[in-house]
Amino acid sequence: MNIWLVMLFGGLITFGMRFSFIYLFGRFHIPETLRRALHYVPPAVLSAIIFPEILIHDGKLALTLGNDRLLAGLVAVLVAQWTKNTLLTILAGMAALLVLQFVVR
Amino acid sequence: MNEKMSMFWSGVREEVPLLVGVFPFGMIYGALALNAGLGLAASQMMSSIVFAGSAQFITAQLVHDAAPGLVIVLTIAVVNLRHMLYSASLAPYLEKLPIRWKVLLAYLLTDEAYAPTALKFEREGASPLGHWFLLGAGLALWSTWQVSTGLGIFLGASIPQNWPLDFALPLTFIALVMPVLRNRPAVMAALSAGLVALLAYNLPFKLGLILAALTGILVGTLLEGRR
Repeated sequence: MNIWLVMLFGGLITFGMRFSFIYLFGRFHIPETLRRALHYVPPAVLSAIIFPEILIHDGKLALTLGNDRLLAGLVAVLVAQWTKNTLLTILAGMAALLVLQFVVR
Repeated sequence: MNEKMSMFWSGVREEVPLLVGVFPFGMIYGALALNAGLGLAASQMMSSIVFAGSAQFITAQLVHDAAPGLVIVLTIAVVNLRHMLYSASLAPYLEKLPIRWKVLLAYLLTDEAYAPTALKFEREGASPLGHWFLLGAGLALWSTWQVSTGLGIFLGASIPQNWPLDFALPLTFIALVMPVLRNRPAVMAALSAGLVALLAYNLPFKLGLILAALTGILVGTLLEGRR
């Protein structure tokens, strides 16, 4: 699918969800289970992206100290936990990766 | 100044503290989207067509990974499901508005516009001019998002190609996920999703991502139900 079509459909769906209850108010209620499930969308989706990005190298699981992205990712986890700051987390993780790739190795 | 305008500007004012965080986030998005291969126009236009921070970052990542369009659209849908909650939460206050107002406010209903508006409505109850507050907060966020995206694209274009800038995307997701891991169901949702994503990595069409996300959501919901 073309990127513009992806954005068009993605945008329409996003708008549809924002518009849904404002439009339908009083005619439909969100079931309690769905309301509860929505809390787990961010941890689930984000982890589903993060794990393969830092743990899979060249199509294979790379749970080793030779995996730069894993080490830099762990640095980012610690900085995120400690500072709760998005920009600092990204900068620390990037710095760790650059040092590992261009200085250490 | 009439009452509509004063309500509008109070929405803008209460949005300002949030903009401090939004601006660098928009710049990072612009730089990374361009670097992920979205192209200049698409990177910029996504900020107005989709207009949803985390979904835009994820789209950039999936385009970079050459995921099929249908999987990207499905992922955007899952990631943005929470907007239905915002919609439900504000619906009683916007009930009497004409449809064109409802369309405009729904388009502007992001996390950052919802937060101050929900607090305001919660605090002061329904008011006949409350929608002007949401319009102020929403437009302040919208224009900041467009400008910061543009600036990010501009700066991103000057970053050397051999820098591993693609890694900034997973780093962004790490920064976003850590604060939401507040209790055991959330941690287990994250771990189970991550594990399934590794196990199902070789499924075609990046379907492993959808499978992993659904597993995590299910695990979190079931664990919370048992408490």
